[in-house]
Amino acid sequence: MKIIILGAGQVGTSVAENLVSEANDITVVDTDPSRLTLLQDRLDLRSVAGNASSPSVLRQAGAEDADLLIAVTQSDQTNLCACRIAKSLFNLPTRIARVRSTDYVDHPELLDESNFAVDFSICPEQIVTDYIVKLIEFPEALQVLEFAEGQVSLVAVRAFEGGPLVGHPLKDIRKHIPQVDARIAAIFRRDTPVTPEGDTTIEAGDEVFCLAATKDIRKVMREMRRMDKPVKRIMIAGGGNIGHRVVRAVENDYQVKVIDRNKHHAQWLAENVRRALVLQGDATDEKLLDEENVDQMDFFLALTNDDENNIMAALLAKRMGARRVAALINRRAYADLVQGSQIDIAISPAQISIGTLLAHVRRGDVAAVHSLRRGAAEALELVVHGDEKSSQVVGRRIEQLPVIKGATIGAIVRRIGQKDRPAYAGNPDETPQYKVIMAHHDTVIQSGDHVIVFVVSKRLVPKVEKLFQVGVGFL
Amino acid sequence: MGGLLSVANVLGRLLTVFSLTYLLPIVCAAIYGDGTLSDFVYAMLICLGAGVILYAVTRRYYTELKARDGFLLVTLSWTLMAGIATVPLLLVYDAMSFTDAFFETMSGLTTTGATVMTGLDNAPPAINLWRHELNWLGGMGIIVLAVAILPLLGVGGMQLYKAEAPGPFKDAKLTARIADTAKALWIVYFALTMACVLALRIAGMNWLDAVCHAFSALSLGGFSTRDASVGAWDSPMIEGVLIVFMLLAGMNFATHFFAWHSRSLRAYLRDAEGKAFLTLVLGSCLGITAFLMWQGTYPDFWTALRHASFNLVSIATDCGYASVDFDKWPVFAPLWMLFLSCLAVSSGSTGGGIKMVRTLVLYKQSLREMKKLLHPNAVDPIKLGAVPVSNKIAFSVLGFIFLYFITIASSTFLLVIDGLDFISAFSAVIACINNMGPGLNVVGPAQNYQTLSDFQTWVLAWTMLIGRLEIISVVVIFTPAFWRK
Repeated sequence: MKIIILGAGQVGTSVAENLVSEANDITVVDTDPSRLTLLQDRLDLRSVAGNASSPSVLRQAGAEDADLLIAVTQSDQTNLCACRIAKSLFNLPTRIARVRSTDYVDHPELLDESNFAVDFSICPEQIVTDYIVKLIEFPEALQVLEFAEGQVSLVAVRAFEGGPLVGHPLKDIRKHIPQVDARIAAIFRRDTPVTPEGDTTIEAGDEVFCLAATKDIRKVMREMRRMDKPVKRIMIAGGGNIGHRVVRAVENDYQVKVIDRNKHHAQWLAENVRRALVLQGDATDEKLLDEENVDQMDFFLALTNDDENNIMAALLAKRMGARRVAALINRRAYADLVQGSQIDIAISPAQISIGTLLAHVRRGDVAAVHSLRRGAAEALELVVHGDEKSSQVVGRRIEQLPVIKGATIGAIVRRIGQKDRPAYAGNPDETPQYKVIMAHHDTVIQSGDHVIVFVVSKRLVPKVEKLFQVGVGFL
Repeated sequence: MGGLLSVANVLGRLLTVFSLTYLLPIVCAAIYGDGTLSDFVYAMLICLGAGVILYAVTRRYYTELKARDGFLLVTLSWTLMAGIATVPLLLVYDAMSFTDAFFETMSGLTTTGATVMTGLDNAPPAINLWRHELNWLGGMGIIVLAVAILPLLGVGGMQLYKAEAPGPFKDAKLTARIADTAKALWIVYFALTMACVLALRIAGMNWLDAVCHAFSALSLGGFSTRDASVGAWDSPMIEGVLIVFMLLAGMNFATHFFAWHSRSLRAYLRDAEGKAFLTLVLGSCLGITAFLMWQGTYPDFWTALRHASFNLVSIATDCGYASVDFDKWPVFAPLWMLFLSCLAVSSGSTGGGIKMVRTLVLYKQSLREMKKLLHPNAVDPIKLGAVPVSNKIAFSVLGFIFLYFITIASSTFLLVIDGLDFISAFSAVIACINNMGPGLNVVGPAQNYQTLSDFQTWVLAWTMLIGRLEIISVVVIFTPAFWRK
């Protein structure tokens, strides 16, 4: 596939990294040639220096025969403009744009064919924010992912001494919580995947990925570790793009303090939050942290745009007594370094946010792609199409499928009732529109099912996609 | 000197236009045949003549007004208008002194509603209408009216508007052009007044009384055509109608404008100041009702609610009607009402006093001081609703409050020096600086200001003017810096 990526910033770079490995022709456009040189040295791709919203630059980048445009520059205006040009001048088939400002997002009609012609818009900051909010909601989890419009959740949790299931084989989970249908999708022991079988024993320190209906997630987590008190007090370092969104999302439900170093920005932040307390100062200043009772905090989040600062602030907060700390870390090397050390959670924004983007790029009908363990593993949500003749999976029991080592089918979400009715509305009395089926060896896959597949290594993704693809005979 | 003369020139034009306002009482006098027709015609000619002469003499000095001229013009025009408006009163009542007449017209124009006249029930209808018309004109402001209908004020219009418009956010315009803003405000004002006239007529007043009371209700003036004020009708219907319109007039007219403009009530939800005003006033109504029942003043709930609501809303909005002699209530109730009159109404309304927006800013400023003690690093802007208020405005509010209290204290001292008892003096000053009307004791709702000495009357007339123009606009003229070139 021929892909043009506009913008070689954090998002653009990680999109390029992910797509290069999947055998695509990639051209990256950026105004800064030095950034492009760096990128070109590292990855096998072409680069064009210039303004991404000018037709000549797009033509130079090969817009005339490209299949996909991914506009992820810093500027919403550039991204929107590039999509419009790609549509009008080059009739480029698929256009994805990063749109950050809620001003645009609030008017979806602006993005349709007759206006900016954006097929999919993504806002990485919002995705990261949602991810962080989930972590606050489930403070014991390392990662919480949702599938099938929130019906099914995949939660990563570190097993601790004292959890009822720790030290027991996996099959005991049925005895412990018989009313809950849960599945252990994967276990990572000292960073190595362990294939979960019925008699695999969970050890303290394991990173366990559990799949269950969203409402049962807490019960499953309780098996792995004793539960903490729910989060009440949160301190956030850095009120930038992500910090500000997180504050706005949680300030009504929690006591939030937010620290920002820049005086003017702190002022702006204070004017744009409702209840959170805005502090101006350095998050690595222990006097300030002490004065603001960091030891009383249930959650400390370091969300500035400086990795080192985030790590230091998080370490300091942990040392000073914050119950749980998380740091936003862009460099993957750092993230792998600190996760599970003093810092409880390392958040890599690029890995989190490109999942959504990749879902549009992948072949087959992929509804969601989530990076796990900062990109090492992936969880895919695939939509099954076709019939028994055209598809390799429809009408077959799971045990009949060819075995791909390292890939596990975790669950199947089956839509019931009329198709055009809105999905599950959150009312427990109403019959849910979706039915969650935990995958067992004899479960039969049907057309239209959403299948959640857990892959321990990214290299396996194309194999899985191929399995679920509809054969040529189906049109 | 040139500046002064060009101010005089604009004053001349204003007087000329102001003479048109005599047409209403002239028509009234003609219809009712109350014998005041000739007096009003003379008064109109005097006003017109004075205006034309002033204009003609200073014609060649006309230049664009500067910002500082605006303050002078506004203060002078209010004084001059009140002065010239005394002519019909002096012509009709031979025995009336200029002092009393000036107090009456100033009280009218500043929407105070304090009166030195008795026997209103039998006064000529044209005289009553004239008093109420002064209320109505003063409510939205004569300069705002002039800006709306006359192109004469040019670019300086904004300066004048700022000198007269109540509230700390003087740069806020509803429309791109200041003349359109002024027009929009007057249209909303006029429409609400018409609605009030109809409602009062339906509630049982005759047309003249309905027009008069609509004028004084929407302007929050509080003049009445009866000595016993609204109590003379003893009608819950009329009191109910007046409560509604007094509350509407106590809100920012810009909010009414936006609601009318967008045809939705959402503007009211966004108006943090209006919400605080309504919450405080309606909450106080219930509180005072409970208090009066507890004290046994009105053991019956509905009676207590009726009298407490009407008088409290009337005093808190700085209107100044009375339906009963609330001076006889246990002292907490009238004192609380006086307290509310200082701070309850919204900026951009026709009421007076500190205004709710300043109260909120001050309240939040004090919370901020306390927060600063606990969190020295906190960045904590003052916000009204979701809108941040700059420190500049917070400081100007502090300055305003200081001047407000200094004015109250000094005026009270002047009255006490002249021999008035403290309660009467203090409550009279509060009533006048807030443009509210009745005070307590000798100036209570059952009494009026007739008993005061000439000196006291002048002090209070002056206090009303300062209160109406929000102190700074007037006081600035008396600073030496103002006159320095």
